Amino acid sequence: MMTFAWRRIVPAVAAALLVSGVLAEADTAKAAPDGPKVSNFTLANGLEVVVIPDHRTPVVTHMVWYKVGAADETPGKSGLAHFLEHLMFKGTQKHPAGEFSKVVAGIGGQENAFTASDYTGYFQRVGREHLKTMMEFEADRMTGLILTDAVVLPERDVILEERNQRIGNSPAAQLSEQMDAALFLNSPYGRPVIGWRHEMEQLSRDDAIGFYRRFYAPNNAVLVVAGDVEAEEVRRLAEETYGKVARRGDIGGPRKRPQEPQPVASRTVTLADGRVEQPSLQRIYLVPSVATAAKGEAEALEVLAHVLGTGANSRLYRRLVVEDKLATNAGAWYLSNAIDMDKFSVSGAPRPNVTLAQLEAGVDAVIAAVIDKGITADELERSKTRLIADATYAQDNQAMLARWFGASLTTGSTVEEVLSWAQRIRAVTAGEVQEAARKWLDARRSVTGYLVKDKSEVAEKKS
Amino acid sequence: MSARRGLLALAGAGLMLLMPSLAHAVAIERIVSPSGIEAWLVHEPAVPVVALNFSFAGGASQDSDEKAGAASLTTNMLDEGAGDLDSSAFHERLERRAIEMSFSVGRDFTYGSLRTLKENREEAVELLRLALNLPRFDAEPLERVRGQVLSGLRRASTDPNSLASRRFWATAYPGHPYGRENRGTLESVARIGADDLRDFARRVFARDGLKIGIVGDIDAKAAGEMIDRVFGALPAKGDLRPVPDVTMQGQGTRSVIDVDVPQAVVIFGAPGLARSDKDFMAGYIANHILGGGSFSSRLYSEVREKRGLAYGVSESLVWFKHSAVVIGGTQVRADRTGDALSIIEQEVKRMGEAGPTADELAKAKSYLKGSYILGLDTSTKIASQLIQIQNDNLGIDYMTRRDGLIDAVTLDDVKRVAKRLFSHGLLVTIAGRPKGVTSVGQ
Repeated sequence: MMTFAWRRIVPAVAAALLVSGVLAEADTAKAAPDGPKVSNFTLANGLEVVVIPDHRTPVVTHMVWYKVGAADETPGKSGLAHFLEHLMFKGTQKHPAGEFSKVVAGIGGQENAFTASDYTGYFQRVGREHLKTMMEFEADRMTGLILTDAVVLPERDVILEERNQRIGNSPAAQLSEQMDAALFLNSPYGRPVIGWRHEMEQLSRDDAIGFYRRFYAPNNAVLVVAGDVEAEEVRRLAEETYGKVARRGDIGGPRKRPQEPQPVASRTVTLADGRVEQPSLQRIYLVPSVATAAKGEAEALEVLAHVLGTGANSRLYRRLVVEDKLATNAGAWYLSNAIDMDKFSVSGAPRPNVTLAQLEAGVDAVIAAVIDKGITADELERSKTRLIADATYAQDNQAMLARWFGASLTTGSTVEEVLSWAQRIRAVTAGEVQEAARKWLDARRSVTGYLVKDKSEVAEKKS
Repeated sequence: MSARRGLLALAGAGLMLLMPSLAHAVAIERIVSPSGIEAWLVHEPAVPVVALNFSFAGGASQDSDEKAGAASLTTNMLDEGAGDLDSSAFHERLERRAIEMSFSVGRDFTYGSLRTLKENREEAVELLRLALNLPRFDAEPLERVRGQVLSGLRRASTDPNSLASRRFWATAYPGHPYGRENRGTLESVARIGADDLRDFARRVFARDGLKIGIVGDIDAKAAGEMIDRVFGALPAKGDLRPVPDVTMQGQGTRSVIDVDVPQAVVIFGAPGLARSDKDFMAGYIANHILGGGSFSSRLYSEVREKRGLAYGVSESLVWFKHSAVVIGGTQVRADRTGDALSIIEQEVKRMGEAGPTADELAKAKSYLKGSYILGLDTSTKIASQLIQIQNDNLGIDYMTRRDGLIDAVTLDDVKRVAKRLFSHGLLVTIAGRPKGVTSVGQ
């Protein structure tokens, strides 16, 4: 079977990323049944630390996650969180531009950074003996960044080209951006993480430094170290490096953003572009994230997304692709890691000679059937088995585990919640899945996007 | 650029004694199954997962022009029903035990990968046995999967990356199977029937071209039994069509494909080095300095860091059984494509004429030695590396010899090979509307 582009990859972490002292509390080692032995403690300056040992190869993944993302930007400055992420590679008072990257390359390490709506992360993957060096550099740029126009201006051109590469060259990506803007009426999640072009063009050195001083500090960050280390060693090294960075008093509080009003009208967005040779349809619903959901609701939505649209026996695939032969592909996903409300998507690409209206009617029928009749015990079991297995498979990949914890801890979840993920999935009932579908897959909560070559492809829907 | 300074390099060398060696971290055992099939095994019980990767000699280059895409379609159909199980039943058995099974084709090889929780190993092995020995290629899934392939090809027909890439390979290898795209064309895929898939499976799924890598919570005895169950009943010998050796063509030409996008996608390349070439490692290093690594190459520094012309630019060595290339790419704003192109051409030429500095060489060696282990931190990454080493004929001790091979490369070696690779111009293909850049020498 063909692999779906929207297939789940990491359990509970599928956010739209842009790639690229003294102990205050006693540390705690926690382990889910059969899970990794995870330690979690907080330095005196407020830096939270998570350690995930994996001794199979002498490698560590070192990540710093800041609790700031595109949703924390001032209106009018879209793209600033991501721009700053790029500029974080431009040097500090202590280490001139490029030195950190040279050291990482010199030890055979890999590095990169990423920005999402709710967090910004920086990571290196290196041999275990280089961990302290990485921590020294990363701690240094937590507060020591120096920026000049000589490095800021070419980098602004780089992010504009990144926007062209990700969005400008792809009609599907343009539609997706427009759909987010239509879905979120009040939340800053409606802004693209990369930024709107006209605002990106105006971003300045002062904007970046101002944002940096406002949000980058140990008490607004999470350090995640996974790999061939033990918690005690990481604690000692973290105290010697990050522990020396002063806490900043004015940040780290609750992240209050404008909230979505109760949605009252379904919306549609059509993007017509001569380059579209394969039309498609996507509907996104506004749904709760792990952080905003009632108990058990996010887990039910995970199972719902799986039953509806993951794999060849999912409802959407089975009905639309195999049986009714309306679509070449169909699927669903749920993004669960967010501070505010998040997204649930269903989508499909019609076969030749099938209209988007016919396909949409098929999608509606599949959703209606789940709302009316629920899911079978067998579907529930199969989906839960798969979702729970993902947690075991994740243990085979230290970088994936580190991302899972980082994304969760910067969006309001705790280490305990991550570790109990499999148990919580196990507890989901068929009734809860049906209830989640009934409550959240309500057309009024949604935006439907049509990607077409020519507007006439959707016009017939109205006739 | 980049890498640690002299001081750090010395400190690193001292630490080598303290850290576990690569050989210890990845202990590869050669095993032979009861029926005589060889495999490489890394027994790692820390996580209750087993990964099995394998490859058969023979990939998309086994297709005829007429039926290009048959190999690829075959691999897409292997989990769509086998033995007594139709497509739905087969998928259900996989899903019920969270078994991951996937297949793909390259130009020269067909690859497979199985990942399962240890407790579900028996079922996983049985399903893989069925997929390889008794695939059904039923009409319903065939038409469905064909529809998906055609849909992907239609999408690609206006995608600048696909257009530039397709033109590159077609120009580099006219009339040779390497010049085609693995998944075929809209016309050729429409012509493929179930018999073509059966023919591909019969010719390629055989024990003589088989390489196997197993990693995870499984011992040698169980691994041997597993191999026999999956592969033991396959024919001893495959029936491959010969593929001729070929040299990349089109150097010194440039071709522009008009497509209305804000950025131009640029692909560039030149003839490369066979994996068995005695200068391969020197070439690998030269390439790393010019366009490899993450944030450290000459191209990255000139095109992105200094001028902000593109989000990324990179270049790498690609080798096949019967040819090899160096190939690079970038995406640049349409009005400055000409600038980016001349910078790339200048840097390539400069590397060809003068080679790297001693400092660049030292740093590149340090990077290439240190980074290897990063590709060995998950079961599937290790298993796929075991396959690559076997197909490249590098020997079971390659991982332990690799540092020595890198250290043995001299500045003269790199200069010699850089001259060979980078002094004769580039084949350039561009999709977009690059301002002032036109096709040349076609």
